[in-house]
Amino acid sequence: MIHSLFLINCSGDIFLEKHWKSVVSQSVCDYFFEAQEKAVDVENVPPVISTPHHYLISIYRDKIFFVSVIQTEVPPLFVIEFLHRVADTFQDYFGECSETAIKDNVVIVYELLEEMLDNGFPLATESNILKELIKPPTILRSVVNSITGSSNVGETLPTGQLSNIPWRRAGVKYTNNEAYFDVIEEIDAIIDKSGSTVFAEIQGVIDSCIKLSGMPDLSLSFMNPRLLDDVSFHPCIRFKRWESERVLSFIPPDGNFRLISYRVSSQNLVAIPVYVKHMISFKENSSSGRFDVTIGPKQNMGKTVEGVVMTVHMPKAVLNMNLTASQGSYTFDPVTKVLTWDVGKITPQKLPNLKGIVNLQSGAPKPEENPSLNIQFKIQQLAISGLKVNRLDMYGEKYKPFKGVKYLTKAGKFQVRT
Amino acid sequence: MLNLISAVAAAGGAAAVGPPETHCKTGTKMTDSKYFTTTKKGEIFELKAELNSDKKEKKKEAVKKVIASMTVGKDVSALFPDVVNCMQTDNLELKKLVYLYLMNYAKSQPDMAIMAVNTFVKDCEDPNPLIRALAVRTMGCIRVDKITEYLCEPLRKCLKDEDPYVRKTAAVCVAKLHDINAQLVEDQGFLDTLKDLISDSNPMVVANAVAALSEIAESHPSSNLLDLNPQSINKLLTALNECTEWGQIFILDCLANYMPKDDREAQSICERVTPRLSHANSAVVLSAVKVLMKFMEMLSKDLDYYGTLLKKLAPPLVTLLSAEPELQYVALRNINLIVQKRPEILKHEMKVFFVKYNDPIYVKLEKLDIMIRLASQANIAQVLAELKEYATEVDVDFVRKAVRAIGRCAIKVEQSAERCVSTLLDLIQTKVNYVVQEAIVVIKDIFRKYPNKYESVIATLCENLDSLDEPEARAAMIWIVGEYAERIDNADELLESFLEGFHDESTQVQLQLLTAIVKLFLKKPTETQELVQQVLSLATQDSDNPDLRDRGYIYWRLLSTDPVAAKEVVLAEKPLISEETDLIEPTLLDELICYIGTLASVYHKPPSAFVEGSRGVVHKSLPPRTGSSESAESPDAAPAGVQPSEQPAVIPTQGDLLGDLLNLDLGPPVSGPPIAASSVQMGAVDLLGGGLDSLMGGTGFAAPSTVVPANLGAPLGSGLGDLFDLTGGVGTLSGSYVAPKSVWLPAMKAKGLEISGTFSRQVGSISMDLLLTNKALQVMSDFAIQFNRNSFGLAPAAPLQVHTPLAPNQSVEISLPLNTVGSVMKMDPLNNLQVAVKNNIDVFYFSTLYPLHILFVEDGKMERQMFLATWKDIPNENEAQFQIKECPLSADAVSNKLQGSNIFTIAKRNVEGQDMLYQSLKLTNGIWVLAELRIQPGNSSFTDLELSLKCRAPEVSQHIYQAYETILKN
Repeated sequence: MIHSLFLINCSGDIFLEKHWKSVVSQSVCDYFFEAQEKAVDVENVPPVISTPHHYLISIYRDKIFFVSVIQTEVPPLFVIEFLHRVADTFQDYFGECSETAIKDNVVIVYELLEEMLDNGFPLATESNILKELIKPPTILRSVVNSITGSSNVGETLPTGQLSNIPWRRAGVKYTNNEAYFDVIEEIDAIIDKSGSTVFAEIQGVIDSCIKLSGMPDLSLSFMNPRLLDDVSFHPCIRFKRWESERVLSFIPPDGNFRLISYRVSSQNLVAIPVYVKHMISFKENSSSGRFDVTIGPKQNMGKTVEGVVMTVHMPKAVLNMNLTASQGSYTFDPVTKVLTWDVGKITPQKLPNLKGIVNLQSGAPKPEENPSLNIQFKIQQLAISGLKVNRLDMYGEKYKPFKGVKYLTKAGKFQVRT
Repeated sequence: MLNLISAVAAAGGAAAVGPPETHCKTGTKMTDSKYFTTTKKGEIFELKAELNSDKKEKKKEAVKKVIASMTVGKDVSALFPDVVNCMQTDNLELKKLVYLYLMNYAKSQPDMAIMAVNTFVKDCEDPNPLIRALAVRTMGCIRVDKITEYLCEPLRKCLKDEDPYVRKTAAVCVAKLHDINAQLVEDQGFLDTLKDLISDSNPMVVANAVAALSEIAESHPSSNLLDLNPQSINKLLTALNECTEWGQIFILDCLANYMPKDDREAQSICERVTPRLSHANSAVVLSAVKVLMKFMEMLSKDLDYYGTLLKKLAPPLVTLLSAEPELQYVALRNINLIVQKRPEILKHEMKVFFVKYNDPIYVKLEKLDIMIRLASQANIAQVLAELKEYATEVDVDFVRKAVRAIGRCAIKVEQSAERCVSTLLDLIQTKVNYVVQEAIVVIKDIFRKYPNKYESVIATLCENLDSLDEPEARAAMIWIVGEYAERIDNADELLESFLEGFHDESTQVQLQLLTAIVKLFLKKPTETQELVQQVLSLATQDSDNPDLRDRGYIYWRLLSTDPVAAKEVVLAEKPLISEETDLIEPTLLDELICYIGTLASVYHKPPSAFVEGSRGVVHKSLPPRTGSSESAESPDAAPAGVQPSEQPAVIPTQGDLLGDLLNLDLGPPVSGPPIAASSVQMGAVDLLGGGLDSLMGGTGFAAPSTVVPANLGAPLGSGLGDLFDLTGGVGTLSGSYVAPKSVWLPAMKAKGLEISGTFSRQVGSISMDLLLTNKALQVMSDFAIQFNRNSFGLAPAAPLQVHTPLAPNQSVEISLPLNTVGSVMKMDPLNNLQVAVKNNIDVFYFSTLYPLHILFVEDGKMERQMFLATWKDIPNENEAQFQIKECPLSADAVSNKLQGSNIFTIAKRNVEGQDMLYQSLKLTNGIWVLAELRIQPGNSSFTDLELSLKCRAPEVSQHIYQAYETILKN
């Protein structure tokens, strides 16, 4: 099981370590640093590294490496999932998962890590339970604590831990009972030079914010549940009910959580909401090139495409870019060679265009590779797959909750090859 | 600051609390830094006073200060008694802090730590289950031997606590204790209690018990801790639905080790595991995939359910690819295995493996690999378009692999070869140096696969000769020039240009250049004589490399003695290269499938090959398919004395294989008259030596002449014994029971060679009767056989003589005489025999079990007096009792039947209507076995025989019993 955990920042300092069994020397991280050096880019450090006596399994989140040390044959996915859960918990507790936040709350961090693993076995990882055991820091509470001397450690046994619904705490009470669902879909796509779709799929999630008193039993139904054939569920969902009736039936955790995530991949179902016209060329034997990109709306179901941002990794030989944007603003970082064009909203009447001259290093050969265009955008009030919530019913409690559903479509990894 | 932090972390150990930035935090923002204010002298004294204060608040603040000091590496162990005093408190936080202190200092102050024991014992009986659980949890973390003993009682209580929260914490504590003192845990019977917890009513307790047992089992591979049966499986499946995600992973991993008894049970488990595929936690999903992939093996392919399951497996695997990159990587490594085992699952999902330019490099490379595995005629156009796109990316490693992938596609999908070649030519035109080099390397392979088809591109390749600077590319180009020398007008000039810097080239290039020039000479002898002489002298006289020198001399000899033969050798037709060179070997793949989701699946190596210490070489294997057409291939009748489950197995893993090879005794087996045989033996050894040698990297092959004498000493005695056996056993000409032949090495595992066989003993000589069948399309010849060391020193007494080459679809029956003078090594099971068979194609390995009765010698009849004395002499612990069921034979019939196999009846008595037979037998290595056989004559309803065996080496009893059963029942 998980033996130890080291947190390492980008400059290679180990700023926190925690051992659940015996102490493993920090020097084990040298193997990690070696791999990091080899990988050049921080993103490219391999997640599983073997050393003579241990295995290092790491994740990279928010500019911090979470490096865990294991000694026996353990499922690596188990470790990786757990590490992400640790990072999520820090995020949840401190509002951000950063080196400063962790250092400022080091005692809570230790208390959390102590509760999350026992001898390397996961103990309590549900945020609902953890928050009962260890109260999250607030400025008010720490002031109060320091005056009254009360602690941020819970006094009682977290009730949820033993029930059949470990994700929900007992005795929840709200004056306003609310249930919100956000249907968020991301389009992952690769568009080739000619504008045809090489690959496209929708990654959808339903994120929920449930603030309901007591033990509500909810069922959520869809207009078109047949769209959902590849779904991952939160443990609270009754699988049998979904199998037989295609209804999501569950007793929800308290607060924010991800209800389901799903994937829609049949090519014909995935609408591509924008198109890109591009002309990027470099002249042979001259140190310049031309750049001309226009973005326009396509299959957007009558909604506005907004928050459009285009990023391009230009070839290494590019020295500078001299462009004019018909709309929005652009920046070019000559060090990383990244061109960013913040377009904003697309109005069909006047399509946004960015064009101009690319300056190359003199004497450098004409770049071989063509840059890919990475596009981000947002469409409010639309789930591009067409998924629609039909109704939400509540059983088990008497009050009438306030219900809301929001839809949002975003670009995920949306790439246009040139 | 940073130095300080690392110092803290190093010193703090398990309970380290690192100091946040002390300099910038003041009262306005309440962070933990306030506990790190600098201290004056006499601080310990101050703290002591505060710890003993009456005010609770002051006490708690003091403990916090102590903990903070501890984590910055200050020695506050002097406060031990005072801190331990604070342990008895109702305040949970204070208690937790004291526990932190204890975990840190207990090890350095074992004597004082005992003071804390009392509180632990008390806390374990606290009415609050949270406190009980906390106490039992902390106890396990105090790694002090002296204390552990005191903790057994509280732990025992907690394991049976009424509160499941306490029970599940206690279960983990057993694993902790086992880590500190394994013997203690066993002696105290905690393992049994833990096993009982598997049937606990609370699913979380079940999950933790499984987790703890799995961890303990890993350090005790043979302990059989997780002995699963249908009842416990049912309990696990029930708990699976209700426990936390982590618990589900433990349970699924445990389920994967279970072997269902039939396909129906396998299906029902699969049905109950399938819902886990929709879990949000990817580790749960992958563990479920492992269970399904393993149990699917048992399902018949014609079953509707089989098809449904295949369909259900695809979406969750694809979903894993939309997770974080680290998860993707592990998922892809596993998918790589899955597509090799069952390509049908993901054959329609090619597109999800298309690479995005901002994927991390480790994800890109894996995706590429899987794309090639999935490439087929149906999707090749798409794949090629993608690969061409990748070949213009920025990342050099990735581009190289993409170019190589194009070549692999050409070799894999014949219809696409032409398109691949033209794509490669396009890429060569880009003149990007590393792209050109990779392209040339793969084109060489394409030439090998499709000879005389694409040679028109050679001209283009030659244009790029100068830009090649990597050895592999240069070697490939030289090979091409040499191979097609007759079509390249200036081949001699090209090769000559390489020759200039001969000594600066790498060995690979040098060897290739030598061969290419010799080829050129054989093709155009007139104009290249000078060149070939030059290269031969460079290779033989000026080189330090033995490989190069040897090859040079061989060519030189060949060319000078017999140019015609040289032509036949050097320009021989080359065998076609295989479709996919990088597939994982099937037996290894099957084993790896059992390890889906583990580190083994990431490294594509069995755990025994890399897990530290490789404590248990427990090989997992896929369950045999039942009820399907494939079972027809497996033998119905297992060899005598072999349980049906132990079918002949090809020796499994690579790791193992190497070990076995090194163990193989290469010394020649010595037969009756050793001198006469030795010349023949040498031949056999040579044959094998050639094959094995290359596998072993040229080590371990001792010259036969040195080995013979070493083996001579010992066997002589028993060789004489054998002679006596001959005379002694004249009366029993009929020989012992011979089991029907069964398949030992199936054709599919040995490139078309099928071997079935059995063992027999006749007139004092043992023989292995083999039936070799050639199911391949090519003629097989040059057979040889060798045994690994085994328990009774069985070894071939003569070489395996197959006089004529074996044509396709032909079989030959051979009786190979064996002796028992080979080297001895105890095997498990005792009668296991590992065999290596070589032919002109390859060397194959299999293992089989021989029936022990072939080792019963003919002078195994003991004197009556001797028998009585020996029976008394052998201690009673060595007596083993067995039952031979349903054997309706009379005492005389039994006696006669056994006599045929050299089990001799010494006396017969009738006691209370039962016949008692007293028997003896002797094994080839001189071990005597005495037997008492109880028969109830004339009782048709009770036909079981009772057998008691006494022997000084009790481990053989089980096998003797099997021999009895085999002889009596046939």
